[in-house]
Amino acid sequence: MKKFTTFLTGTAAVLALGAASAQAERGSDGHLNILYWQAVSILNPFLSGGTKDVEGASMVIEPLAKYDEAGNMVPALVDEIPTVENGGVSEDLKSITWKITEGLLWSDGTPFTANDVAFTAEYCMHPDGGCQQIAKFTDVESVEVVDDLTVKVNFSVPKPFPYGPFVGAESPIIQKAQFENCTGPRAPECTEQNFGPHGTGAFRVTEFRANDVVSFEANPHFRDAAKPAFATATLKGGGDAASAARSILETGEFDYAWNLQVEPEILNQMAAAGRGVVVSSFGTSVERLELNWTDPSPDKGAIRSTIEAGPHPFLSDPAVRKALSISIDRELLVEAGYGASGQATCNILPAPELYASTAVNWCLEYDVEEANRLLDEAGWERGGDGIRAKDGVRLSILYQTSTNSVRQATQALVKDMWQQIGIETELRNIDAAVFFGGDPASPDTFQKFYADVEMYTNNFPGTDPERYMAGWLCSDIPSPANGWLGANMPRFCSEEYDALVGQMAETAELEARGELAKKMNDILSNEGALIPLIHRGDVSAHSVTLEGVRMNSWDSELWNVADWTRAQ
Amino acid sequence: MSDAVIKPPHGSPSAPLVTKQRTLAADVWRQFRQHRGGVVGAIVFLTIVFLVIFGPYLHGINPAALDVRSRNLGISFAHPMGTDNLGRDMFAQVLAGGRTSLSVGITAMMLSLLLGTTIGVVAGYFKRLDGPLMRLTDLFLALPLLPLLLVIIMLFRDVLRARFGPETGIFLLIVFVIGITSWMQTARIVRGAVLSVKEQEFVLAAKSIGTRERRIVTRHILPNVLSPIMVSATLGIATAIITESALSFLGLGFPSDFPTWGRLLYDGVNFMTINPSRVIWPGLAISLTVLSINYVGDGLRDALDPRIRGR
Repeated sequence: MKKFTTFLTGTAAVLALGAASAQAERGSDGHLNILYWQAVSILNPFLSGGTKDVEGASMVIEPLAKYDEAGNMVPALVDEIPTVENGGVSEDLKSITWKITEGLLWSDGTPFTANDVAFTAEYCMHPDGGCQQIAKFTDVESVEVVDDLTVKVNFSVPKPFPYGPFVGAESPIIQKAQFENCTGPRAPECTEQNFGPHGTGAFRVTEFRANDVVSFEANPHFRDAAKPAFATATLKGGGDAASAARSILETGEFDYAWNLQVEPEILNQMAAAGRGVVVSSFGTSVERLELNWTDPSPDKGAIRSTIEAGPHPFLSDPAVRKALSISIDRELLVEAGYGASGQATCNILPAPELYASTAVNWCLEYDVEEANRLLDEAGWERGGDGIRAKDGVRLSILYQTSTNSVRQATQALVKDMWQQIGIETELRNIDAAVFFGGDPASPDTFQKFYADVEMYTNNFPGTDPERYMAGWLCSDIPSPANGWLGANMPRFCSEEYDALVGQMAETAELEARGELAKKMNDILSNEGALIPLIHRGDVSAHSVTLEGVRMNSWDSELWNVADWTRAQ
Repeated sequence: MSDAVIKPPHGSPSAPLVTKQRTLAADVWRQFRQHRGGVVGAIVFLTIVFLVIFGPYLHGINPAALDVRSRNLGISFAHPMGTDNLGRDMFAQVLAGGRTSLSVGITAMMLSLLLGTTIGVVAGYFKRLDGPLMRLTDLFLALPLLPLLLVIIMLFRDVLRARFGPETGIFLLIVFVIGITSWMQTARIVRGAVLSVKEQEFVLAAKSIGTRERRIVTRHILPNVLSPIMVSATLGIATAIITESALSFLGLGFPSDFPTWGRLLYDGVNFMTINPSRVIWPGLAISLTVLSINYVGDGLRDALDPRIRGR
């Protein structure tokens, strides 16, 4: 975390500098150029789970409260965060009452009221709406409008962490007047609304070209009369991570670029040009290997990679799973592919600190001999070609991931490490749009998992891991029955784990929740459902002339775009 | 042949007193030797093939061997082309990549040439088949290539992988896919050439003495349309090498640790400023191969064309 803290003090200094220029009037700093190399395709986060869309929309529409760069909640459209102490959250933890700031206006000049908040919940919770952020509204029973500026969310069960709805970039408020006729099945048809929502944010949309470029102008009705400093802004899409990094750091065409997963040596070389600054922060992203506990062999036909196909021929052996983990030199992977933006980890839940376990660090110990001993003991004998086998089953792994040069480099290194313990690996890389696309007709999605091992990064929004850890419930295993939806890619199923998830949902006390989360994390790592590799920082870059950037892993990176200014 | 009775001109030292039987191959070879570009091209191409086949025995480093501590190295005695960002030896990778790229290129080209020439000649020569075959060509030209490739690879990848192993299976699949999606231009060109050749007097003469159609096609038509075939063959190798690299890039081709020239190029692009040799060597290999094959094709075309030969 050292990198993180130095970064924080750095931004504090920048902030102090930026404070002076923030006194300037709205629109005095000209034009802001932002580059998201995955282009924005819609500005309604309820209809798209893509980070690029959520973050693009966060310039326009806002939630009631946001997370700052340290993971603390900060009020946005309210005066204070409701808690049990200030009476905003009821004693039985079954309701939360938000008090909206007075005098807020939408970008079209109409007043912002509690009705809009209630409508947003109705919009997302509509059974035929296909809302992508429905997880934010789990257990919400009703959203009541108490008066024009007060809204109360009622939960069906006690919610120790009632900040799901309306907090963070995934759950912003949309305008009732604009979206009224767009509920349910009509939601995707409202092109005009989805491409140009009215918002309370610092900017409003002037032109939207899907999958290409979005143009913004300063919102004339923004709550702070002095902000934003920029009169207009462009959010451009296209290219790849390396070219995005180049356009900030070397050519200076853009002011801000997001998600720069590029080899560290390339980034360092570009940064040496002195036109831009690379910023990173650590959230909850973990690059991990997920092991398939079910049989993915093609001759299983339609039931391959499901529980019905039966257990995996060799990954069902705990010795193999453990050997796979300890034979990986994580430090080397960090050095080759991540540099300062990665740390070796054994946790699937590496942050916030309250939830980060230290009990599974055995896997950080890179130990080929121990791995070999484990496999020998379990009866996996080396054959003539050096590959281990038992009862005619060869340790031959098909290892898939998305196409990205860092991932392919990691694959090559891991293959080499596994070779040394007598395991053969075949590599496969799939275009990211297909791999993460979730198309039930494609055999190459990460949900279908027609391979033995797959690698990708996942994280969770906000700071509460309850929903995230519930992703490894037996009931969350993707299968044809649920349209291959579900987060339990390893097809891991344990009664003990399911019980812990249930227990966490009923526990309010923060320390106890932390203990439960750690226990679950340890089960996943010890059992070898997945092999955590690298705790990944988010890496972005901004021009040296752009001030006020506070890199944020807990909310949209553009969460404080209203405070950005141009250096004089 | 009537040449035998013509007396060689005076002062021609090469003219033998007793003429040997001349064959088509010998004629072609004699003509080809006079095409300087063709000869240079042949030498370069054969050198590349020789290096790719025997190079790995001379330069004994395993192309897949990783050594992260010595990454992004420049040219040295141990690594004549430097190393990549994982410390793999570039020279060994270029040699190994060449084996794949050349065999994919040549095999796919032969397949598409065979298909294209057969369809072109049949369509051009037999009037009744012209319509259906050319409409079939149009159909293939109109097919959206990428979705087609996606479907083919999706349907057959696992089957072939199970039967032939990941590398041979993918090789067969890629060669087949490139072959059946790139024969259309050849077919069109060959058909055009056949249409014009078959109206000429020597074909009429052959017909009038009762030569069989198969013989007319092989003896009289084919040699006369060899030049466009040669040109599309040379272009075909280049296209096949490039298509293969595009497929690998999309994740539909060979596994990512299996080097081909196209993949080495793609992987190297980001590192161009740190280590220019990452793109120079594979790029040079592709360009030299394509260029040399083009010159060989040029020379062969001249040598094979009966109207130019002997001039």
